[in-house]
Amino acid sequence: MNNNGAGSSSGSGDASPARRNSKRPKYSRFTQQELPACKPILTPQWVISVFTLVGIIFVPIGVAALLASNDVVEIIDRYDAVCVPQNMTNDKVGYIQNDAIDKTCTRRIKVPKDMNQPIYVYYQLDNFYQNHRRYVKSRNDGQLRDRSKENDTSGCDPEKTTSNGVPIVPCGLIAWSLFNDTYNFTRGNKALTVNTTDISWKSDRDHKFGDDVFPKNFQNGNLTGGKKLDPNKPLSQQEDLIVWMRTAALPTFRKLYGRIEVDLKENDTITVTLKNYYNTYSFSGKKKLVLSTTSWLGGKNNFLGIAYLTVGGLCFFLATTFTVVYLVKPRKLGDPSYLSWNRNTGGH
Amino acid sequence: MARSTKRLRDRLWWSKLYTFSCTRPAVSIDPHSVDGPGYARIVYCNKPEAHRRRPVKYQSNYTSTTKYNIITFLPKAIFEQFRRVANLYFLLAAALSLTPVAPFSAVSMIAPLTFVIGLSMAKEAVEDWQRFIQDMKVNTRKVIVHKGNGKFGHRHWLKVRVGDVVKVEKDQFFPADLVLLSSCYEDGICYVETMNLDGETNLKVKRSLEATMILDEDEAFKDFSAVIRCEDPNPLLYTFVGNLEYQKEVFALEPNNILLRDSKLRNTAYVYGVVVFTGHDTKVMQNATKSPSKRSGIERRMDCIIYVLFTSLVLISLISSSSFAQKTKYEMPHWWYLQPQRTTNLYDPSRPLLSGLFHLITALILYGYLIPISLYVSIEVVKVLQALFIKQDIQMFDEETGKTADARTSNLNEELGQVDTILSDKTGTLTCNQMDFLKCSIAGVHYGVGSSEVEIAAAKQMAIENSTLASSDYPDDIDDGFFGSTEIKLESVACENDNSKKPKIRGFSFRDDRLMEGNWMKEPNSDTILMFFRILALCHSAIPEPNEVTGGFTYEAESPDEGTFLVAAREFGFEFCKRTQSSVFIRERYPKFSTSIEREYKVLNLLEFSSKRKRMSVIVQDDSGNILLLCKGADSIIFDRLSRNGGMYEYETSVHLKDYGESGLRTLALAYRKLEPTEYNAWKTELLNAKTSIGPDRETQLEHVSDMIERELILVGATAVEDKLQKGVRFLFQMLANDKLINQVLILYAMQVPQCIDKLAQAGLKIWVLTGDKMETAINIGYACSLLRQCMKQISISTMSNEFPSQDAKKVLAFCLTSDQAIKDDILLQISNASQMIKLDKDPHAAFALVIDGRALSYALEDDLKHHFLNLAIDCASVICCRVSPRQKALVTKLVKEGTGKTTLAIGDGANDVGMIQAADIGVGISGVEGMQAVMASDFSIAQFRFLETLLLVHGHWCYKRIAKMICYFIYKNIAFGFTLFYFEAFTAFSGQSIYEDWYMLLFNVVLTSLPVIALGVFEQDVPSEVFSQFPALYQQGPNNLFFDWKRILGWMLNGVYASIIIFIININNIGGNQAFRESGQTPDLTAVGTTMFTCIIWSVNIQIALTMSNFTWIQHLFIWGSIIAWYMFLSIYGAFSPLISGNAFLILREVLGPAPAYWLVTLVVTVACNLPYMVHNSYQRLLYPLDHHVIQEIKHFKKDVEDQRMWTREKSKARQCTKIGFSARVEERIRIIKRAGSVHSDFVHAGFIQSMDLICALHVVVEL
Repeated sequence: MNNNGAGSSSGSGDASPARRNSKRPKYSRFTQQELPACKPILTPQWVISVFTLVGIIFVPIGVAALLASNDVVEIIDRYDAVCVPQNMTNDKVGYIQNDAIDKTCTRRIKVPKDMNQPIYVYYQLDNFYQNHRRYVKSRNDGQLRDRSKENDTSGCDPEKTTSNGVPIVPCGLIAWSLFNDTYNFTRGNKALTVNTTDISWKSDRDHKFGDDVFPKNFQNGNLTGGKKLDPNKPLSQQEDLIVWMRTAALPTFRKLYGRIEVDLKENDTITVTLKNYYNTYSFSGKKKLVLSTTSWLGGKNNFLGIAYLTVGGLCFFLATTFTVVYLVKPRKLGDPSYLSWNRNTGGH
Repeated sequence: MARSTKRLRDRLWWSKLYTFSCTRPAVSIDPHSVDGPGYARIVYCNKPEAHRRRPVKYQSNYTSTTKYNIITFLPKAIFEQFRRVANLYFLLAAALSLTPVAPFSAVSMIAPLTFVIGLSMAKEAVEDWQRFIQDMKVNTRKVIVHKGNGKFGHRHWLKVRVGDVVKVEKDQFFPADLVLLSSCYEDGICYVETMNLDGETNLKVKRSLEATMILDEDEAFKDFSAVIRCEDPNPLLYTFVGNLEYQKEVFALEPNNILLRDSKLRNTAYVYGVVVFTGHDTKVMQNATKSPSKRSGIERRMDCIIYVLFTSLVLISLISSSSFAQKTKYEMPHWWYLQPQRTTNLYDPSRPLLSGLFHLITALILYGYLIPISLYVSIEVVKVLQALFIKQDIQMFDEETGKTADARTSNLNEELGQVDTILSDKTGTLTCNQMDFLKCSIAGVHYGVGSSEVEIAAAKQMAIENSTLASSDYPDDIDDGFFGSTEIKLESVACENDNSKKPKIRGFSFRDDRLMEGNWMKEPNSDTILMFFRILALCHSAIPEPNEVTGGFTYEAESPDEGTFLVAAREFGFEFCKRTQSSVFIRERYPKFSTSIEREYKVLNLLEFSSKRKRMSVIVQDDSGNILLLCKGADSIIFDRLSRNGGMYEYETSVHLKDYGESGLRTLALAYRKLEPTEYNAWKTELLNAKTSIGPDRETQLEHVSDMIERELILVGATAVEDKLQKGVRFLFQMLANDKLINQVLILYAMQVPQCIDKLAQAGLKIWVLTGDKMETAINIGYACSLLRQCMKQISISTMSNEFPSQDAKKVLAFCLTSDQAIKDDILLQISNASQMIKLDKDPHAAFALVIDGRALSYALEDDLKHHFLNLAIDCASVICCRVSPRQKALVTKLVKEGTGKTTLAIGDGANDVGMIQAADIGVGISGVEGMQAVMASDFSIAQFRFLETLLLVHGHWCYKRIAKMICYFIYKNIAFGFTLFYFEAFTAFSGQSIYEDWYMLLFNVVLTSLPVIALGVFEQDVPSEVFSQFPALYQQGPNNLFFDWKRILGWMLNGVYASIIIFIININNIGGNQAFRESGQTPDLTAVGTTMFTCIIWSVNIQIALTMSNFTWIQHLFIWGSIIAWYMFLSIYGAFSPLISGNAFLILREVLGPAPAYWLVTLVVTVACNLPYMVHNSYQRLLYPLDHHVIQEIKHFKKDVEDQRMWTREKSKARQCTKIGFSARVEERIRIIKRAGSVHSDFVHAGFIQSMDLICALHVVVEL
């Protein structure tokens, strides 16, 4: 798109020899709206080449994204239903709320393909509205960060204080409902260690959760929610809480549980011993355990590749269509016969 | 005492002469009855201190047109702001944001509102301040006031009080409504110019009471004391009822004794007057109506769009809240993590209806982004900037007066681009009301070699057309068209230079050596020529006034034509130098004698001009005792009154008259008659009888008597005076100083009023002229401006009253009884006949002109006739209404506006145009002359009529497109943004959680997307400005509303919905999915998804606006790319704040999103996908159905206009609406006739044209019933 300059050569009035009137507007290209301007025109050539170019760029990106997604190995294991004892399947809520029943459950997972470390362990919840307005708001960032603000529980309704009025640290619904299932992995007889450090954002650990803030009165209210926190560990080290406190955007979400820092081979069988504590039965949410590797684009997701391929393909199609239209019905650019006065009356 | 009575008698006699009212009988008027309600005002003259206490404490003379003062500004301005429904809505939302119902923090609602309201209020304040400054200029004008003991001193206008005696000097304005006490003339008269009140430029005579006229020096007011009892303040300009009690006598005061504020003392050294009404009590201020606030069509349509958006807002809010209630009732009890058993009313599963209701409010606030809060303020900012550009435009700067164009109310800018009908005042608007003696015909011989503006311009146009024709006939000879126009340029340059060398005499452009410098003596008919000059010098009612500067005389005449004749006579050697009570003195200069001879002519009688008589005569006796009757008048009247031998030159003269008329000149025929003393004496007694008779017959009798003597005339010749059209010659010279040939021609060509009208007509605008002038004058100007031409069929509609034999008293009576209905029927008949005629006319080139006079108009505007009238008027190519009152002007304007539903523009300069200016969609005031009333009432002011072309075709068109595009885009943008919020709700159980951080939302409209929109609204240009005058037809895109019809608006809305869907779906499925979005395995949270989505929106809408623009200066680049960069900058800065402020957005770009390739890839694909449909639509339209501006853009882009001159010229000449008025129509007509005449060789084009003109004139039809 070339630069046409002002497109005006009238050079109005600037050359006036005598400026008798002080009120005379000063000439400048700005005030006379004659600033040099680039006036791009969507000529057919431009349109066709832009579409082609977009196609040329987008299709490879799409292919690359699909390949990346295909490289990711992902194991998903839904365990909420199967971990309920046979006799309790009709009263799952009663099962989960009964602390007397042992919640241990063992799952076997077969590795379908080689998985290179790090292998990320996620838990996935379904139909869990972490993005509900009441839930999202129910926290106090100041309290999480600063020991001196322990008593500041504003915004934490309805989980502010214990029944005798002592402030809860960390307060609020989010912390209170912290996910508390635990997973232990073994391959053969050898335990696979799950590294649960460094799973949250560094900035969260450093700046958002204080290293001198310790849980207080947590889960001591009338109602017990999720996980109980170790009162001797500062919040900045409670990474499961830090991850949990990043509320998810959608009701189906995964959160990072830990990392297995060993390569897994195809057909390996992994035994997962899990504690099925977390109540998703009330709202019939699913619980899944996910083991996944990542690519440069993240997890397994074909959508981005498909989106790129679609848009790129569409652009190729449009480029072809416009070429055809242009060849069938060419219009000379700047052909005056297309001016309305020429079309309507056929000229005077 | 005896001396003073004698003096008094002398003065009375004088006054009769000055005003030529000798025929009026002296009847004393009884004092008015001034009791009762409405007549409560008492003024103690010369005792202003008596008015300090009630009940006679009146308004001060301080006038104010401001809307606010310091105290009322805040409450009033805030009230004004919240009268806008949208603002009220946002105020409510802001108030609710303080409660827990709100989905956002309070600051993110209140901050933008404060910003927006603050900006609007600042604008109001600035505008009001300017009004205040203007007021103060008027209020601090100085006037001489009696300060006691016969001493006078200066005082500001605002300090003038009721009862003050003031002395007003020549050419000063009256500071308040005064009762005239005395003047410098001994008979207590003065001349007043009331242009500011009624637009009339001729002087009016005001007279003082006889009782007070001796108070003509400062000393006399030492002990002056009188009481005036009069009516209360009222807006009626032409009435006044009151009594003056002076020296124990009571005198009646009449409108004639009153000097109104804002009129001007002329031709009188000074007057004394006593103040009766001050400040807002004065008649002119009482007349000042509040100018109605006008809204443009686009803005009205925008309201509809807002309603549509509001409806959808309510709709999706209802969907949201009902779904929310349902979810809360049935599902929320199971969501233990929300502790549903410990909820507030907002989320109470046991009371879902109440919660739903609360949620409705939340939703209404949440989706409020559908309604662009900053739309109004952005539009206001844009319009102010557009107005600044209008003001700064050098093309619309008038060197003569030093005035620029001004947009006084900036909210109508875009309406300028949609005008359909222009209603124009004549005097001072089209013409400068300055006459120029140009040609004359004496004894059947034509004199005067100069050409009128109309002729020059028509010749130019002809030459251009011919050369174009020629070049298209001979395609090989490409240079021809170009060369031809160059020649024209040179010719006109030469002509202009000629003018500039000679010191020009105002009002005299006659050039012909046969008559000048006494050469007329050598002409064969020198006797007749002598008589011609004498008639010019004698037959008038003007007063000479010595001019100290030049030593000559200037003339104060009732009409500018008369003044011109006197100037002409002086230049011919017959200088009118003195008028006494009974004589006129002429200094005659003959080449034979070295000095001039002063001759005295006794004026025996003066038969005044009236529009009915259409002539005036004087009867004079020269020094040798001959009695002559000298007469000038309309040719038709004079020709009827010629003696058998007097019509010697009748044929030649009438041919010349027709010629002059066609050149747009005002013509008068001159004739004389020798009277025998006996004949005269006999007639004189009859005249005396008539004069002394009392009763309604008197006027008729006088007329009859005058009629008796004005017969048997001998024709001398005819004059042709040009009513100078407004133009700006000086500007031309500057243009010519450049060396760019083509552009000069174009500019030259666009300079003058007829060309401007021509351009406007080519742009498809209809032009109506509404004038207070008489029909002949109006028609002449119609010719001069090319609104009329000889070959047009004129339909003139007038009342038949004129045709009634007025002497017959009985018939008059009968006529009066039946008049109303009869006249109405008659006018209906005229209208329907004319419509019929137009319908039956088969000639496609036939053009009709409608001329209607004020009286007929008053009937035609009645409810049952007005639509017939309007339909007829719409069929006519040009419409001229003459003798219309200011009220009628407004009524006609209203009729056109409401009857056609199209946009009307009224343009005028005087106070008489105020009604029309206010009634029209757009009022334009001419600010070139002194009167400010029209300008004050107007929406735009320009210095000269010709600037209307630039104002409409360039600025109007641009502003229309800019505003239209801007609003469309705004709506698109907010839909694209607002709907994503709605979609997201479906994933949050409709809980009212927003996906974006509060700060993003706050900044979206106010910072991140506002500047590009403003750039679009201020700097967008589809084609460069000079193209508009070359292709006036481009203007039609506005009146046809090509860029703001519902199709386009809906298109943009759909585009917005599409974009919102694309943005949401791609984001939710990529970043928003449950998968990790980075190699390091983290999954995205709400903030990350929201931020990515917001990034996509920022990119998409900014790329969209870039695609919408067709003109990129550095400003656009800066704003668009700057906005995108600003978003990233904001993210980094916001992310760097403590997490207490930024929350989850802490370091979001640096740590979370920046390193993720997915984030950038999603942005890219969304941006491209969102803009695909617009791109496809635009390319498709351009490729197959290009609009005019597309093609012209291409021509300009490929420099085809430079390479293919011939095509460019050809297209320029074609690029116009089919028009029936203006030069082009004239020229086309000529060309048609020439072609019809057959084989006329191009060399004889001109001759052929003249021959065919006769033919056309034979066709000329005047319908008169």
